[in-house]
Amino acid sequence: MSELTLILGGFLAAAVRISTPLLYAATGELLVERSGVINLGVEGAMLAGALAAALGAGLGGPWIGVLAAVLAGGAVAAVFAAVALGARADQIITGTAVTLGAIGLTGAVYRSAYGAGGPGLSLPMFAPVPIPGLAGLPVVGPALFAQPVLTYLAWLLVPAVWWFLFRSWWGLALRATGESAEAARASGVPVRRVRVTAALVAGGLAGLGGATLVLAQVGTFAEKMTAGRGFLAIAVVVLGRWHPGGVLLASLLFGAATALQYAFQAMGLGVPYQIFLMLPYLLALAALTVRIHGWRAPAGLGKRLS
Amino acid sequence: MSGSRARPWLVALGALAAGFGVLALGLAIAGYDAGLALGALWRGAFGSWYAITSATLVRAVPLVVLGLGLALAFRAGALNIGAEGQFYAGAIAATWIGAQVGGWPGGLAIGTVWIGAAIAGALWIVVPVVLRLRFGVLEVISTLLLTFVAEALVSYAVTGPLQEQSRIYPQSDPIALAARLPMLPGSRLHLGLALALALAVLLWLLFTRTAWGFRLLAAGLSPRAAEVSGRIPVRRMLGVALLWSGALAGLGGGLEITGVTYALFQNLSPGYGFTAIAVALLARLHPLGVVAAGVLFGALEAGAQGMQREAGVPAVAVYVIEAVIILVVLLTDAVARQAGERQAAAVAAASEEPA
Repeated sequence: MSELTLILGGFLAAAVRISTPLLYAATGELLVERSGVINLGVEGAMLAGALAAALGAGLGGPWIGVLAAVLAGGAVAAVFAAVALGARADQIITGTAVTLGAIGLTGAVYRSAYGAGGPGLSLPMFAPVPIPGLAGLPVVGPALFAQPVLTYLAWLLVPAVWWFLFRSWWGLALRATGESAEAARASGVPVRRVRVTAALVAGGLAGLGGATLVLAQVGTFAEKMTAGRGFLAIAVVVLGRWHPGGVLLASLLFGAATALQYAFQAMGLGVPYQIFLMLPYLLALAALTVRIHGWRAPAGLGKRLS
Repeated sequence: MSGSRARPWLVALGALAAGFGVLALGLAIAGYDAGLALGALWRGAFGSWYAITSATLVRAVPLVVLGLGLALAFRAGALNIGAEGQFYAGAIAATWIGAQVGGWPGGLAIGTVWIGAAIAGALWIVVPVVLRLRFGVLEVISTLLLTFVAEALVSYAVTGPLQEQSRIYPQSDPIALAARLPMLPGSRLHLGLALALALAVLLWLLFTRTAWGFRLLAAGLSPRAAEVSGRIPVRRMLGVALLWSGALAGLGGGLEITGVTYALFQNLSPGYGFTAIAVALLARLHPLGVVAAGVLFGALEAGAQGMQREAGVPAVAVYVIEAVIILVVLLTDAVARQAGERQAAAVAAASEEPA
């Protein structure tokens, strides 16, 4: 295999690996934003999921870690839902506070549980599962079809969420809530229950994203390890134009932009790597200004229920 | 956010008590000596003259300046949550300008750096302002996105154009002596505190004694009504408020460079831009309240260091207190607002009944 195919294959594999936690968190945020709620607590839910995954996997293996992560993400989202949706407080500030609290809580629990040394390398991780036949393809094979099982699950989630949003009654109810809560309520949709459920599911998915980061990528937990990935997930939803397929493409794009710096370093090109760190955010900003017919934010996004 | 009917002092005290209650409970559950930890927190923040001036008040300065900017923006209904990015834009500008003003008289050098930092902070928010006014893009998202760009820019600056001459560490060379702020003898407390207090008084006068301050609040509380019946240029107010909040955040970054670190490096801010949201909110967007809340949060962060040293409690635990404080304030506001709405609805229903 030539050097270029090696670099290309490595780049693709890195892009997919980096995009998976984002895809989970962004798909959750997509659901909650489609219901008209903007949840900045997704960063906190992801972080809590990451720590819970490390603790759970240490106790009972990777799947226990995944379960713990989903529950932890859901618990963080429950705090958000209680304050922002239950008491109808400002969503932005509630989300910021929830993330702040999760940073403090995970940091404190982590230090208490592991001391200064961290959980070390003893954490059981998800190994790559090559798909017979497909994994043997040149370049794309190892990149796309020799991934941990959590990556395949994330891909399966995309059509599932698409079907839910655009083919099921509850998906219609969710979208109606996001466009106009008053109109949805008038047609018999239990608006607040829809929003709370969406927020809880989104929290679970963000937790799953955190688990992917720990159990399929990094192999350990570190304080503030999500490093803004939850906020990035919000940008992914914007760039993906509030559509499951768009979110998949956008998270791959963000993964690719991040992976590009490794590829450039491997090729020895003298471009400052920080350009690639900025790229996804600048892309998202640019994407916000482009109007495509029918591809826009839910009209009721961020509005309080009356 | 600012239309609460609950008594602000009572709410703030209740929120504070709740925050400490949650912390004490958490410490007890985790098996720490809660008494020792809280004592250490107190000593770290207020235990000595040095702790008060050099730990608490030094941390309070950026929180107050950033908090004032956010209070200004929030009053206009503009949710700038990217103050962290504007802080870094100001810090980058201050580092660069601070290196150029070597032979200048002290006052002129410092003034130039401050103004440069404020302009950089305002420039950093120009794109969100344009996106909001031209394309209707939520400033919440755009300011947050630009925070990450600013952090990457700092990383680039300290490994590229602004890196120290010896090129060993990813940090800048220290700024010129002329641009460094005078300090209170025997402490690390710098002139920035005086500026922060002056700005607080200035904003307080602006908010309470001028028509502009009233229009700002009106534009934030009810944009439609302000536009239609008050003839207030709501969009322009929003843009101006965002620009000023960016300028203040940039100034905060400039103060940190000229008064505390003298050099630029990554993670210069321990999240001042985010904590300042809590500061502004706890102060109910009142400038003098921002001073009190800024000192309180400065004390919490200073005390957290003491708690970690003496009782082994991770310093990050104070973020839990901060979060609980914000959530309690939000909840109280929401409950008060709903009570007000119910009352208004009842009055409306009663007045519709035939006499």
